[in-house]
Amino acid sequence: MSSTTNSAPAKRRSISYAKWGYFFIAPFVLVFIVCTFIPLVSTFYNSLFENYKEGLTVVGPNFVGFDNFVKLFTPRADGRLEILNYTVNTMTMWIMGAIPQIVFALLLAVIFTSERLKIKGQGFFKTVIYMPNLIMASAFAMLFFQIFSDVGPINQIITANGDKAFLFFNNEWSAKSIIAFINFLMWFGNTTILLMAGIMGIDQSLFEAASIDGANSSQVFFKITLPLLMPILIYVVITALIGGLQMFDVPQIITNGTGNPDQTTKTLVMALNGQINGNTRNFGMAGALSVILFIITGILSFIVFRSTEPKKEGKKK
Amino acid sequence: MANASVNKRNGQMEYFDKTKTTSLLVSRIVSYIFLVFVTVLSLFSFYLLIINASRSNAQLQAGFSLLPREHFIDNLVTAWNDTSIFFLPQGILNSFIVSAITCILTAYFSAMTAYGICVYDFKGNKAIHKFIILVMMIPTQVSALGFIQLVNQFNLTNTYWPLVIPAIAAPATYFYMKQYIDSTLPLEIVEAARVDGSNEFRTFNFICLPILKPALAVQMIFAFVGSWNNFFTPALIISKKELMTLPIMLSIVRSRIGSQAGDMGEVYMIILLAIVPVVIVYLFLSKFIIGGVTLGSVKG
Repeated sequence: MSSTTNSAPAKRRSISYAKWGYFFIAPFVLVFIVCTFIPLVSTFYNSLFENYKEGLTVVGPNFVGFDNFVKLFTPRADGRLEILNYTVNTMTMWIMGAIPQIVFALLLAVIFTSERLKIKGQGFFKTVIYMPNLIMASAFAMLFFQIFSDVGPINQIITANGDKAFLFFNNEWSAKSIIAFINFLMWFGNTTILLMAGIMGIDQSLFEAASIDGANSSQVFFKITLPLLMPILIYVVITALIGGLQMFDVPQIITNGTGNPDQTTKTLVMALNGQINGNTRNFGMAGALSVILFIITGILSFIVFRSTEPKKEGKKK
Repeated sequence: MANASVNKRNGQMEYFDKTKTTSLLVSRIVSYIFLVFVTVLSLFSFYLLIINASRSNAQLQAGFSLLPREHFIDNLVTAWNDTSIFFLPQGILNSFIVSAITCILTAYFSAMTAYGICVYDFKGNKAIHKFIILVMMIPTQVSALGFIQLVNQFNLTNTYWPLVIPAIAAPATYFYMKQYIDSTLPLEIVEAARVDGSNEFRTFNFICLPILKPALAVQMIFAFVGSWNNFFTPALIISKKELMTLPIMLSIVRSRIGSQAGDMGEVYMIILLAIVPVVIVYLFLSKFIIGGVTLGSVKG
């Protein structure tokens, strides 16, 4: 992108400096192999074994092939396929939180970086919006559980008018909305900071040129800001998706691990946690669930990346 | 207000300019309303937390209120001196050690890896980049089972090694640094440093790293907060009282809630104390981001 003039010497130099690349990436690659890749493989290996506790006796590990997966995809007696429900729950709650999160963050980032608006007290606003992210998810969950509990402040207001208390955590959509809202509240400031850094990275002279040419603010946003912000925006969406698939703390604590009402707020990781830490310590099933989670992430990341792969790579030396 | 009067005074102003000024005023007002709304939204939970931390257990059981009460210091003393199952000051120190090391390792090594990929055209460069992006999506929980088994094998349970070492390989941070370097680091700088006889490692540490400061600050905050609030991995590795980090302590406190002995006032105070240090670190580092991020050195 920047060095078109000296591409000829760059060619020659690439021979002598290229090996330094290995030195720079070595720590990352080494740690990744030991701390993520090997554990990943051994988790998958676990999925092929029958290994759980029944009371005090440990069953297995015995090799059972794909039995764990077959069990995972066998619908219950009432015809419900639990793994599908958990996936749908996770994605529904993620989308419910992520849409307002990205819309708010984009708006805020544009407001803060606008040369035209010249917002006063920016430092204060920027500092404040990120603060919800500092609160532990468990603390947030406890707070909101109190606010919306059957005898909480919201219901005190409702019952004060003589109405019957609304049991927020007994209704699928109110429970999901509360969880999604907590996720939105925790993460929109984080997203704003990332997008702001991205907008600030855009060459300011482009904005100046646009305003001299008489472009209005929506033109500037859609023709300059948004296209140039794309790499960072993609990053934001992907990391939000990773976070969403890992959704665990908030629903776990709000529903006390049950995923109620009627398992409609149970996420994939809650199910995984239940297999690892539950009474049965079903490592085989936990392994199988991990593989499924892995495949789902794989499909999603493939979809995102197919639409985002940059067309041109910058010149390198 | 000032804008409106200015607008009135310049009556002869061309119609085009006039609508422009009015629309600017409107969008400014709308922006401020939106910002105030967002501020209230953000601070509300902190307010609730402080209010709840200032109320005694009996007051909390009696019902909800938006007004602070007089038990703030009582709760503070109880929480700080509670040694029944853990010691809070120790927990704050432990969390600080783990989070500080984690955020430095994450930021430094992610920048180093991204620099390696962006600046050098070695064999397998693109393949490694693609691979890291692919694995970026893998949630940590997916490999948790295998990771715990590995930690057990090496007898590293109840140490901080399994908590800080994985921070060196943070794919998401790498990706951000890569995007940032691509758009802001002029390769001429590396070139110029070479001409001046600087070795590659030195160029990275003393010339390029300072240019990446804004991105480093952002990622350090994220890594610090992430590690500070991390519950999943530490809970599987740390069981010794002296080594516990704050989220583990919080989970212990939470399990008391149902029981008769549970003092909710103390619980809220512990949550508050667990958040205060990270707020301080945040306020300190946020200056980096907010205090005007000017990018690039030979840009344009």
